[in-house]
This record gives sequence, structure tokens and C-alpha cells, in this order.
Amino acid sequence: MANDGFSFPLPSQIEDVPGAEGWRSMYQYYTRFQPEDDNRFWFHNAMHFPEPVPAFDTITSEVPYTAIGANTARLFVFPTTMGIEHRIVNGRVYITAIPILDPAEIEQRLATFTERAGHYYGNWDSLYEGWKAKMAGLIGEIEAIKVPELPAIEDADVVFNNVGIAQNHYLRENFHRCVDLFSKAWHHHTEMLMLGYGAYVVFFEFCKQAFPEIPDQMVARMCAGIEVIMYRPDDELKRLARVAVEQHVDDLLTEGCNADEVLAAMAERGEGGQRWLAALAEARTPWFHVSTGDGFYHHHRSWNEDLTVPFTALPRYVRLVRDGESLERPTDQLKAERERIAADYRALLTSEEERAAFDQMLGLARLVFPFVEDHKFYCEHWFTTQFFAKIREFGDLLVRQGVLAETEDIFQLHHSEIDMALADVMLAWSAGSQPLGSRHFGPIIAERKRMLEVLKGWSPPAALGPVPEALNDPAVRMLWGITAETLATWAAAEGDDGQEVHGYAASPGVVEGIARVLTSVNEIGQVQDGEILVCAVTAPSWAPVFGKIKAAVSDIGGAMSHAAIVAREYGMPAVVGTGHATRRIKTGQLVRVDGDRGVVRILG
Amino acid sequence: MAPGGLVCTLRAVGAADREVAGGKGASLGELHRAGLPVPPGFVVAVPAFRRAMRAADPAGAIEADIAALTGLDIAAIERATADIRARIVAAPLPAEVAAAVSIAYEALGTDVPVAVRSSAVGEDAAEASFAGLQDTYLWVRGAVAVLDHVRRCWASLYNAEAVSYRLRQSMPEHDVAMAVVVQQMVDPRSAGVMFTCSPTTGDRSVVAIEGSWGLGSVLVGGEVTPDSFVVSKVTGEIVRRVVAEKPRLHRMAPEGSGTTVAEVPAELRSRPCLSDEEVRALARLGARVERHYGTPQDIEWAVTGEEIVLLQSRAETVWSSRTGEPLARPKARPMDHVFEQLSRPVLTRGDD
Repeated sequence: MANDGFSFPLPSQIEDVPGAEGWRSMYQYYTRFQPEDDNRFWFHNAMHFPEPVPAFDTITSEVPYTAIGANTARLFVFPTTMGIEHRIVNGRVYITAIPILDPAEIEQRLATFTERAGHYYGNWDSLYEGWKAKMAGLIGEIEAIKVPELPAIEDADVVFNNVGIAQNHYLRENFHRCVDLFSKAWHHHTEMLMLGYGAYVVFFEFCKQAFPEIPDQMVARMCAGIEVIMYRPDDELKRLARVAVEQHVDDLLTEGCNADEVLAAMAERGEGGQRWLAALAEARTPWFHVSTGDGFYHHHRSWNEDLTVPFTALPRYVRLVRDGESLERPTDQLKAERERIAADYRALLTSEEERAAFDQMLGLARLVFPFVEDHKFYCEHWFTTQFFAKIREFGDLLVRQGVLAETEDIFQLHHSEIDMALADVMLAWSAGSQPLGSRHFGPIIAERKRMLEVLKGWSPPAALGPVPEALNDPAVRMLWGITAETLATWAAAEGDDGQEVHGYAASPGVVEGIARVLTSVNEIGQVQDGEILVCAVTAPSWAPVFGKIKAAVSDIGGAMSHAAIVAREYGMPAVVGTGHATRRIKTGQLVRVDGDRGVVRILG
Repeated sequence: MAPGGLVCTLRAVGAADREVAGGKGASLGELHRAGLPVPPGFVVAVPAFRRAMRAADPAGAIEADIAALTGLDIAAIERATADIRARIVAAPLPAEVAAAVSIAYEALGTDVPVAVRSSAVGEDAAEASFAGLQDTYLWVRGAVAVLDHVRRCWASLYNAEAVSYRLRQSMPEHDVAMAVVVQQMVDPRSAGVMFTCSPTTGDRSVVAIEGSWGLGSVLVGGEVTPDSFVVSKVTGEIVRRVVAEKPRLHRMAPEGSGTTVAEVPAELRSRPCLSDEEVRALARLGARVERHYGTPQDIEWAVTGEEIVLLQSRAETVWSSRTGEPLARPKARPMDHVFEQLSRPVLTRGDD
């Protein structure tokens, strides 16, 4: 590698964004870069945090990183990696994995890892079933949490049943339960995921060794599940389109239709309308709990909370149904194709021994892959959208109590600050006085909102610090796609003509088109037919927009990134893991996406 | 025209006939037999070479001249071989050889332009050292010209590089022989080479294709950077594609014989010389040839627009000869692979 001695900009060289010098007030002291952090490699986690992070949303870095490290470093004792550290600068999250390089320590950890990981790999399917039940339990719990009303006079039952505890107590207890459940959900999220990546990375790297030219997506294709839960929400929309046509109510689902108006009109359309509404109700639980984002920001709402995304996709599916197109995914064909590809590569191996090893590795990768593909629906989508919805209810209460001006303001406060605001409310209710919070938090919230707007304009460097000695963490390689090659690409990007962006060739083909650069999931409605989507990262629920676009480009993502998977599904070129496409490409520019080589060229 | 005669048709020879048809001739015959697209043609076989050499050099003077050389005296080799080549080219052909070649040529059609290509006999390494388009004459037209170029091919057996190679290897001179392939000329829109494994990594799951506008000689001679395509044998997808700037091409000379260099029209220079369809079709042909031989191949091809033809196929030698340890062996349990791999640090600054 030509990486020797190369260094990306150092953390200490990053200057405060002018006009947002006070960004540190939004984040906790343990997220700040320290002087000694200059000696280590960090990369911008643009996959999960493409936008500046509001104070409350730091919970989606704080909690996941407490869970991931606990899993790899302490629970399963991965031999060569501890956990992931994170830092926030100018509102962006940078992370690094702490590798273990001492052979004696690796040896020692391996013994424990073998025993513990062996238990999970050995019982994977039944543990996964149990895992789903545990997640369903957590989802039930978060949905059931009540945000207490603070009545002028307590309910009589509290007295006559000798409860002895007033409602203001539950304000804090129930808020804490939300945070605690979120933490538990993330512990479960990582419970099987890191082992999943571990098993996949073994097969992946064997394939890369045996077939140096094999595209990443081909390795994924050999393992990929056919009945993937993340495809279900989109499949449900197709089903609803079919029902609409069958019931002759499809005329209501026109381009640009408004969800509320459609629902009202359906109710007036007799039996057909009722049937369609029943089909919709059936689809909504659980499939409309899918997030419009990937659950790392409070504004990633579920389809259930905001029907705009599904109702934007429906008219197109209705048109296709009318045109007699089959919207069914050809699952038998996909399955046969997956088997053929695996058999062909297997046959190209040079010895029976290699073929036997290949069978073992592929078998294990296929065992873990359903979890790797599907866990997100339970965690980041269903659980997390319910979590944020519950926090909003606390926001409503703080509005009613005069602490906040509007519900969404709660997300400008760190969860420890919400603790303070709730104490304020608990005290005021108890004393019969007014909470003081609006005077304290009012200016703070206004300033933070202003700073977040300013910070949006900052283009974070893809990486900071010296090139690392090792990239041991399987998630860093497989999920974030950070490999020696990625680093070389990013390093090379420091000095080309500025007209090319390089990344992974994620889905083959070459097309030209007009770029649509999205910096936030909320802008998804702006995408026009035939445009080329350029974004930090795509989420599974964006599948409907893939029906409109010609190609996809993302800042971050590896073999298993959703942009890659969905682009292949739709047969369009995709280049992922470019590091900085959203910085370099502007909406309206003509670009050529070369999904064969992994190059995006700005043509003008 | 069966093997054994002075001349035999391409389809009459196969891989087993290297001693009479030379490596190239045998290989083309074999491709023909396997049903692969090869331009029609014939081989001027080794007996014709022997007959002609006996006539040109009845006293065995050539062998004696070479025996007097040493592998180190380059200037002496240059002088002696130039003289030998001049004698071979100038010597009148035995009538029965001239007649056999002329009849075979006329059987291809009237005044058909042909490629006249040397096809050396000998061990692989020796053949490889003679291989290349310097021993191939394109756009040859008319029986007289064909006969003339057949002699030039024979003479190329005595070019300085070949002779000094044989001297260094102490190869006996009386074993060397040269067949000549005469093949109907194709007028390629694009041409090039392909490897049925990756030439850079040895990956057997891909076919690597390089091509340029016009005749393949422009590419083999290194005069342009070719377009390059990597195609997955498994899915048929083009997994990598680099389209190069190709300012020059080789094509038929205006006077109708020989080749000339021309400029590629500006609008074509940075356009791919093959359509995706052609790239995939070539890769499929390459995979068929490999399956036929059971080992990776190095193939020359040409595309006319209507058809794809193969001009040569030989065994790929660099990667195929490598036999290493298996990359992995089965373990007691599948998960043991994970334990092994996750206990190995992944260094960013490895040996490579």
C-alpha cells in the first residue's frame, strides 16, 4: 500500500464553523476530540450521521457505541478488536475502532471468544427466533409507556389503593424507562450483529482471495436472502396498488395525491373503498413502522406517522398494475440464480479441499445473513420510531407546562438536560408554582437551532489523522466499507482534477443524468424522474424512490450497504463509499455514473 | 488435403498435429474442429518446408554456418542470419510445393486477401519466442505474393533473435521447422486479445479483453493503449471497463496489399471499440475455448461488425503453471473459519 506515513487532516486542525463557534454546548464533554486524538485514525460516520446532530439525537451515537463495544470487547471478547470510540466536531460524528495487536493478548481472548461465539453460531436460528421475541417485548414496552398527566388533584385511587406515589414521580421514571429501553434495544441490536459480520467477512475475504476480481456485490448475492423483511414495506405498497385496481378505486391514487384526502375519499367509495382501507390497515402494522430514514435522527419518522412516502410511491405502482406489469419479485428465479452463481464460483476453485472450505464458509454466511439483513426493521425502524414518538409525547407535556415553545424543541436538549427540565416541572407541580425552564432553555434552544442550520453548510473531511496500522474490526470493513483501498482512494482524492469521485463499483452499468444531491432524508420528495440520486447514505425505506432514479451514488457504504443492494435489485448503476460525493457534486450538474469501475464524473 | 501432405486445410488438423502444422496451425485447426469461428484457410505443412529447404540448401550449409556461431557474438549472428534469410527468400520453390500452395490458395476464392502467418514447430518456450505479429503478413493477395510471403515466414525461423535463442539453449538445428498458416483475411473493425483468466491476478472467474480499432497489430505492437474489459464468467456482466484514447489504427494499405497506419477519426478515439454485446459474446467464446482445452487460454480475436473470429489460441502459461497451497481447507466446524480469521490482525501496511 502507498499508505505509509500518509495523514489525513488532524482533528486539532479542524476549525470551528464561523457562526457556530458555540457548537460544543450541544454535546457532552466525553464526545470532544482531545489533543492526543491527533495520533489516531478517525473517519466521518456519514453512513449514520450525514447531517449535524441535534443534542437529543446524540443518543443514537452514545447508546449504540456503548452497546457495540460492550459486545465485541467485553461480552464475546473478539480477539483483535475492542470497541468503537466516537467524537463529535462541528456537529458531525467521527469514529474509530480500537484494535488489539499483541499476539499474546489475541491468543488469550481467542479462547474465550471461541467458547462464547460458538454458543451463538451453534444455535443461531433458535437464538434468532428468541431474539425476535425479545425485540417484540421491548417494542411492546416502549409503546405502553405512559407520559403522566399532571392533574390539579391526584386521582382518588392513589389514595384509596394506598399507592402513595404521585404522578410527578412517574414523569422522570417513565422518561428514564424510555432511555433504558432504547439502550436495551441497542444491546440486542449488537447481540448477534457483530458475530453476523464476523461470519460474513470470512466468506467475503475468502472469495476475494480466490477471485481477486469478484465484485463485492457478487459475494453478497451468493448469501443474500430472498424473502428479506426490509423488502416487505415496499411489497405491501405493491399489494395495495393491486387491491386498488381490483376494487376499482385506483382512480383516487393519482400522482401528487394527498394521503388524508385519499383516506377520506376511500371511506366514501362503498365496499371497494372499505376493502382497500382494510388492506391498508392490515399493512400498517407492522410494515408501516418502517422509518423514512434509518433511525438515527428524530426526524426519521415512520410511514405510519407520515404517509407521504408511501402515498408518493403508490400512484406509480398503480400505473404499473394497470399496464399489466407483474410487480411480484421473481423469488424462485432469484433463488435459482443465487444457487447457480455459488455453484459456478465453487466449480472454479482449484481443489476439492478449497471447495469443501467454501461450502462451510458459504453455509455459515447464509446462516447469519437473514439476521444481518432483517434486524434493522425491528431495531432502527419499528422500535426507534416508537421511541422517538414517545419522546415527542414528553415534548408535548413540556409544551403544556410552558417549558418548551413547541414539541420538536425537546430534541434540542440532551437527555440529561431533559432530566433537568422534568425535575423543574416536577418541582413546580409539587410546589404549585411555575416551571422556570422556558427562561433557561428558551434562548439555548433558539441558539442551537440557528447553529445547526449553519453547521449544515460544513463539509466534513472523510477521514482524520494518520492512516491506521490495522483495520481489525469486521464491522468497520463490512458495514462502513473502510479498507486499505478506501483509504487509498480518499487519500488520492486530495489531489485530482476535482471532476471525478471514486468509490465502490456497487452495481454495474454506465448512465448519464442530472444529479439530485440530498443532504437530508426529508428532501426525498424533491427527487424527479430520471435523476441520479447523490446522497450520504440511503435507507431501506427509500426503495420506492429507486423506481424513479437512473443511478445512485453515496458517500459511504460497502458491500452490504442498502444503496448497493437496492440498486442491484432495480438493475441500475451505483457507486457507493465515495467519501464525499455530496460535497463534490451539486444538484443540477450532469454526471456520468460508471457502476462498472466505481467512478462518477462531473460533466458540467 | 489431410495431414502428411505438403499442404492441408485448417479443419483437417488438430492439436495432435503440431509436428506438421506447427503450434499456431494445430491450434487453429483444433478451434475449427471445436466449432469455434475461425477464418477458413490452410497450412503449408512441415514436409513442404523440408522439401523447400533441401532445394535451397542441398549441402546443409545453413546448419554448418550456424554451428560456427556462438550465442554471444551478436554482430556475427546478425551478419550470418541476414545472409541465410536472403538465400531462403531468393531460392526458387520446388514446383510441387508451389503448385500445392497455389491450388490451396485458389480454393479459397479469386484473389482473396489472406494473412500469411508463421507457425513454428518445437517446444512451447521456443514457439513462444517466435510468436508475435512480426512473423505475420497481412493483406497478402495473389498466389505469387502468397508464395513469396511463405518463404519470408520460413526465413523468419532464422532471424537473429531466434537463432541466438537456439544457440543459448543448445537446441539442435536439424530439429527446427516452420509451418505456415494461410488464412482468409478478415477486415476487422476492432481486434485484440483476451485472456480467459485475469492477467494481473490470475482470477479464473473472469475473462480479460483488450481491444482497439482496426487490426490487432496496433495493440500487440504497443502503439496504442487498448480499451480493456473484464467480464465475469459467472454472470456475464462486464465488471470493469476502461475506455482508452486510441488515436491510431492499422488497416489495409490503399494499394491493396500490406498494412498501413492511419489516424482514428476524432469522434471514435475515446469511444469503446466494442459494444457491450460484443464484449459479452467474446467472453462467452473465450470461456468455450478454455473449456475445450481445459486450461486458461490467451486468444487473439477480431470483430468485423457482422461476426467475431478467433485468430489464435494458446495456453496461458503464467498463472496456469502456478500450483500453490489451497487457500483454505475444511475445518471441523464451519465456525472454526471465523475463529481463525478473526484472530488475525488486518494490517493496512502489508507486504503487498
